[in-house]
Amino acid sequence: MKTTHEVGIVGYGAYVPRPRIGARVIAAAWGKDEAGRLPVREKSVPSLDEDTITMAIEAARGAVARAGVDPGRIRAVWVGTESKPYAVKPSSTVVAEALGATPWVSAADLEFACKAGSEAMQVACAFVGSGMAEYAMGIGMDAAQSKPGDHLEFTAAAGGAAFLFGPATEALARVEASQSYVTDTPDFFRRQHLHYPEHGNRFTGEPAYFLHSRAATGGLLQALGRKASDYRWAVFHQPNPKFVRKIAAEFGFSEEQIAPGAVVDRIGNTYSGASLLGLAAILDVARAGERIFFCSYGSGAGSDSFSFVATPRLEEVREAAASVDDYLTRRHEIGDYGRYLRMSGKIRLL
Amino acid sequence: MREVSIIGIGQTAVAEHWDRSIRDLAVEAVGEARRDAGVERVDALYAGNMLSGELAGQENLATLIADAAGLLPVEAMKIEAACASGGAALRAAYLAVASGAHDYVLAVGVEKMTDLLTDGVTAALATAADADYEAGHGIPFVALNALLMRRYMHEHKVRHEEFAPFSINSHRNAAQNPRAMYRQEISAEDFARSPLVSDPINILDSAGICDGAAALLLAPSSEARRARRPPVRLAASACTTDTVGLAERRDPLVWQAVADSARLAYAQAKIGPKDIDLFEVHDAFSIVSVLSLEACGFADRGSALKLAAEGRIAREGDIPICTLGGLKGRGHPVGASGAYQAVEVVLQLRGEAGGLQIKGARTGMAQSVGGSGSVAITHILQV
Repeated sequence: MKTTHEVGIVGYGAYVPRPRIGARVIAAAWGKDEAGRLPVREKSVPSLDEDTITMAIEAARGAVARAGVDPGRIRAVWVGTESKPYAVKPSSTVVAEALGATPWVSAADLEFACKAGSEAMQVACAFVGSGMAEYAMGIGMDAAQSKPGDHLEFTAAAGGAAFLFGPATEALARVEASQSYVTDTPDFFRRQHLHYPEHGNRFTGEPAYFLHSRAATGGLLQALGRKASDYRWAVFHQPNPKFVRKIAAEFGFSEEQIAPGAVVDRIGNTYSGASLLGLAAILDVARAGERIFFCSYGSGAGSDSFSFVATPRLEEVREAAASVDDYLTRRHEIGDYGRYLRMSGKIRLL
Repeated sequence: MREVSIIGIGQTAVAEHWDRSIRDLAVEAVGEARRDAGVERVDALYAGNMLSGELAGQENLATLIADAAGLLPVEAMKIEAACASGGAALRAAYLAVASGAHDYVLAVGVEKMTDLLTDGVTAALATAADADYEAGHGIPFVALNALLMRRYMHEHKVRHEEFAPFSINSHRNAAQNPRAMYRQEISAEDFARSPLVSDPINILDSAGICDGAAALLLAPSSEARRARRPPVRLAASACTTDTVGLAERRDPLVWQAVADSARLAYAQAKIGPKDIDLFEVHDAFSIVSVLSLEACGFADRGSALKLAAEGRIAREGDIPICTLGGLKGRGHPVGASGAYQAVEVVLQLRGEAGGLQIKGARTGMAQSVGGSGSVAITHILQV
């Protein structure tokens, strides 16, 4: 898919909360004897006063700071998440208000499991690309949900990133093209009135994550007549360190190409935020002229792929906000499972 | 009774067939068995299956398969004997042909387990145990086997890691079977590090949840030369039972039903354990292999682990077991496993087992066990 007007990312910002809980602490709480088999070392957890809205605001402010754009000119704010603080009431209005983008703005929350963030990017890109908006913000942010005791609890983390789309002439990374690939595949879901999502064990792999990531990646590469070696960097959705390596290797992307964007290794899976946070981490290191391949995945299921080219502006504005590495480096360990339960709102009094 | 031969075999790959139905799997195996035999005629179809009602929402299964395979209006019935359902369907087909009631009879074992999450499958599998005295108290099937394994370790003063050679052997063979689910070899270290399922049983002690179907076409030996493929004679078929509940057994480490069915089968075939060139044992858990080898006379009580440690169960050994991967390596689509075992013995006796071929194999035994040793169905096949 290509826009009629040339579009690019004019600003980006990331956010990861400071608290961390070690996978070993979770394993010990549940009596799981899985030493050496834990998918990640630790994951990020929101602080007591943080949720998807506050984290989205932090990331969006970083994007505006790098863009150097008057927030009043932002015509749309979309928040992709599966952990809305309100079941009914938009998160995006709070974010837009906090940014100073209200009231002449489009806003909505998008839900598509872990693909909601990249869907927000697609829509923002289309708004600018069609001439409907000068600037539009797409955010992917989650305080990821997982059932206590479930295997996903080791990785379900908090964080995400925001991307402000605008004219390609102002871009720090130009959008070359994008793709979306969606089927009805129920690999992971949460029904109304349930607290935690269900997942189909190994079904979440081949017929879900891999099939859709493969289609969106292969489709876009083919449409552009490109291969992995035409890119300097690549980022994929990253539910765990293993999946992202497997899909990258299938297309011939090397460990070096994906390493900076594989933030899952350090803080776990931030669901709607995961691939966007990876893209932000790559923008933190990319240089002018380098190509970046992006592919998200969301259960249900679908993938969005994007092809970007970094511009000289990227290196000029990079320091205007905190880097992903800054957020990954600042951390404090919670150290005990009880505190983690309290902080992540998992203790419910009847 | 007429002499009976297997004239055609078919099997689907064992896998997590998320995009296929129980009907679809059964029809593929049946079609392959009919093409293999090159014989059009089918007089009856017996479908071995344990959990189609629980897991696929489908009973009246054999008629469904007969219809989908274009076999109406042949006689068709589902045969259920818990995890031994596949062996039970083969026995039903054998009896139908041997008695003269029918000439060409299909036995198909099929199970579709992956439409439910693990909790649902675990609950369904527990229906093989005694609902009033075992499952009803919350003890899943794996836990019953864990009790047996713990008791065995206690009584014979053996360590858990001594069971590793069984899983290693199954995986080693499965690695070369294109229809197997787990096509990777494992090491003793992998076994030691494998996560616990039900103490002391770990993941690598246990056959996995999966889907598959296997089918065999039987005919009187006198008619067998009409088939395209060399026939394999069913020299023995025997089914015996024991209490469903473990607590009612005088000695839970003596698998009497397994011993009885093997003894009857040996007598029918006029052979003994020494004459068996390969044994497809019901290795749903490694402890089951151990208890079965002892009950069938391949090892004295408490000494089956030694058999494995000495490599005698490997395909180069004198009593090769699980030669195409067994339930552990090939996969255990519960009600289909007994049919897979028989299909695999046929491959060995026809000399079609490729790199897994047991050289000079003339006599093979397949044994399908249901519940915790409560029903055992033994077949001896010969060429």
